[in-house]
Amino acid sequence: MNQWAFVWASYAIVLLGSAATLIWSYRTMKSAEHKANSLESRR
Amino acid sequence: MHAYANPTRFLKLARPLTGWFLVLGIAMVVGASLYGLFVAPADRLMGDTVRILYIHVPTVWLAMGGWTAIAIASVIQIVWRHPLAAVAARAVALPGAFFTAMGLITGSIWARPTWGTWWVWDGRIISVLVLFFLYIAYIALASASSAQGGVSRVTAIFGIVGAINIPIINRSVVWWNSLHQPASITARGSSIDESFLWPLMVSVLGFSLIFGAIVLMRMRMILAQTKVEARLKRMAAE
Repeated sequence: MNQWAFVWASYAIVLLGSAATLIWSYRTMKSAEHKANSLESRR
Repeated sequence: MHAYANPTRFLKLARPLTGWFLVLGIAMVVGASLYGLFVAPADRLMGDTVRILYIHVPTVWLAMGGWTAIAIASVIQIVWRHPLAAVAARAVALPGAFFTAMGLITGSIWARPTWGTWWVWDGRIISVLVLFFLYIAYIALASASSAQGGVSRVTAIFGIVGAINIPIINRSVVWWNSLHQPASITARGSSIDESFLWPLMVSVLGFSLIFGAIVLMRMRMILAQTKVEARLKRMAAE
């Protein structure tokens, strides 16, 4: 098997996985902060 | 350190830091990946598969660094009762588990063309697999026993005890016969040629900054969730 197939597979898994983790962390953070702020403004 | 025990003061610092860590981390990882894929030379023995180095080493470094951070935060939580230490430990666990899984997967992919097998039961690989299971157990324990956004004392003790696996991973290639190569970068220096070393250092730093940004985001999320829970309890009591 071509060596490059292993190289591309490694980069794709790590880079796409890191991007997915980053986006998910950002979205959950924003949603939690939005919820906290909207409850705060309801006072 | 105690100046940042106050969540408001911490958030004031964490908000701009998250962005900076993210921008610098992404720039460094993209740069190092492009260099690793298209500019760095192939290795005399491993050929082009050596390019996996720039992505495999940072993930394993973060797997070990993540648990070291959990152990340090757990000690700070137990000894100084720093309220943010428990939040930090809980925030590190998930990205730590993710990068440990990435280290195992990229290691397995690299092993196939280099060693002729996807997996071998040797000291280094087993100890990293144990680290992954420790992360999963820590996440389960922290979720079951979360206290005011942080983690319970039992979870913190588990975080400290689990750190015994870190020197085992580090020394595994010396203590046991292994297909895995011995450490190339030690306190005494590096045996890697500079053309491989510099992009590797940039990649490690870039992934570390991304890891830092994820931890800060998760800490902000946990603090916001704690705020929501406290507010809902107050509203229910009124």
